[in-house]
Amino acid sequence: ASGGYPKRVKVVEVGPRDGLQNEKNVVPTPVKINLINMLSETGLQVIEATSFVSPKWVPQMADHTEVMQGINKLPGISYPVLTPNLKGFQAAVAAGAKEVSIFGAASELFTKKNINCSIEESLERFDEVMKAAREASIPVRGYVSCVLGCPYEGKISAAKVAEVSKKMYSMGCYEISLGDTIGVGTPGSMKEMLTVVMKEVPVGALAVHCHDTYGQALANILVALQMGVSVVDASVAGLGGCPYAQGASGNVATEDLVYMLNGLGIHTGVDLQKLMDTGTFICNALNRRTNSKVSQASCRL
Amino acid sequence: QEPQASGLPEYIKIVEVGPRDGLQNEKVIVPTDIKIELINQLSKTGLPAIEVTSFVSSKWVPQMADHKEVMRGIERHPGVQYPVLTPNLQGFHSAIAAGATEVSVFGAASESFSKMNINCSIEESIEKFEEVTKSARNMNIPVRGYVSCALGCPYEGSVVPDKVAEVSKRLYSMGCYEISLGDTIGVGTPGSMKKMLEAVMKEIPLSALAVHCHDTYGQALANILTAIQMGVAVVDSSVAGLGGCPYAKGATGNVATEDVIYMLNGLGINTGVNLYAVMEAGNFICTALNKKTNSKVAQASFSTGTI
Repeated sequence: ASGGYPKRVKVVEVGPRDGLQNEKNVVPTPVKINLINMLSETGLQVIEATSFVSPKWVPQMADHTEVMQGINKLPGISYPVLTPNLKGFQAAVAAGAKEVSIFGAASELFTKKNINCSIEESLERFDEVMKAAREASIPVRGYVSCVLGCPYEGKISAAKVAEVSKKMYSMGCYEISLGDTIGVGTPGSMKEMLTVVMKEVPVGALAVHCHDTYGQALANILVALQMGVSVVDASVAGLGGCPYAQGASGNVATEDLVYMLNGLGIHTGVDLQKLMDTGTFICNALNRRTNSKVSQASCRL
Repeated sequence: QEPQASGLPEYIKIVEVGPRDGLQNEKVIVPTDIKIELINQLSKTGLPAIEVTSFVSSKWVPQMADHKEVMRGIERHPGVQYPVLTPNLQGFHSAIAAGATEVSVFGAASESFSKMNINCSIEESIEKFEEVTKSARNMNIPVRGYVSCALGCPYEGSVVPDKVAEVSKRLYSMGCYEISLGDTIGVGTPGSMKKMLEAVMKEIPLSALAVHCHDTYGQALANILTAIQMGVAVVDSSVAGLGGCPYAKGATGNVATEDVIYMLNGLGINTGVNLYAVMEAGNFICTALNKKTNSKVAQASFSTGTI
């Protein structure tokens, strides 16, 4: 059955970016800044702060410069930002960013629909970002979307995921976050995909970014951990619905992830209570219920 | 069952507890004909076992007051088991008179929980169940044993795995053919599930074990995965995730059958159950209860128009 588990897991908090980006209500800048500041107090080491994308496409992230400049940047914590192209990269660096992320996909149709070009073309665009980042000594994290299924293509081959991941790793991304964008993956498809990807990218450079749209996220994450993955993305309060399934959930909740890791004796450095308090804050600000089951439950052990 | 190359069981028996455990923990009282229709729909999905009702005093559990009518009113499909809860000998006789052919008894791994729930110690409850299993044996009626609070108790907090093993062993020795280990308040994690199963597996053969996970802390599927990786091949679940948690207001309880089947399908494990048929039954009961489903698979499928 299972091997051991990693002793430590790095939790990458994507709530302020991936989470808020997929929330209907536009959040005022001071609320975003307070959210990130509160997250900075929980012990999280990586907090994805915002996205330097055109506000025409993503109005929620229009205040990227103000957010980047307004947050308390605590020592030892990384605040990566999304940069879809060179222009966004330059704006990010000018605003004080010290780490950036780029987004590829394992599906041609998804890439076409999302950014109107082929996978190959998207990676060529990122070449410019990689070059500039290398010159500025800025680490780059690579995301691969649709690793376990695509809203347009359906099934995605593990070989394709491995191919795109390998390219992005060779381009200089220090870490590849494998995203189950529509949450259709199961422990079966997660295991199969990772087995193939791990032939091309060292497991120490891999992360998983699971969506909980079909309730499979924690089970999928468990399998990834069993295979040696030790970096997991999650979103406080499970912020961020699924743009492909109206009303369905998206990101896995950081609280529920940390609860599971705590129960496995895996060190994260994260204070669950402070995390829950942060979730309460942002849910009040968004006037919505939390998607975290740990938060919802009032049993105490 | 022989393990696959992956080490997982090839077949997993799903025990559907929605009509009993699910409805028992729903606030709205469901009319008898709706209960019967739900069970009849579930009977057509391929589920091998459907827990129908509880022969408990209607004073304690008003939702189950119509136990006789439900038992007598449902269609009985060949190859499907229809167990009912029987807390004592009186309930057992009543169940048999109403046509039950399988019963369940409920123990707990926590003294406080036993006291608060059924007003007696674990030992006293075991004695009551022995009366039931004795009568059941005489009549060739199989008895399933439940152990509540297997991974934590709302009153005592953490529960020692050896205690779970001890109570399980008592129930198994008195003749229960299967022991369903219940994470009653859903606090368990893959870590505590593994430790508990290791202790219980020393006393009970694997093939006689089932897990009954609650999703109150979102851990159910991860806990179930851990259990099946250790060879457990029987899993309890509730259509649409019916049944909240009586110990955590507003929180969820049972894991949704649809979500379990989705995971098992993805693992290539056979269950014999038609996922779409279960989603239809879930849609039926949620409409009747005027509530949203707790199944994420159902939510996503209805949103994307797969259903």
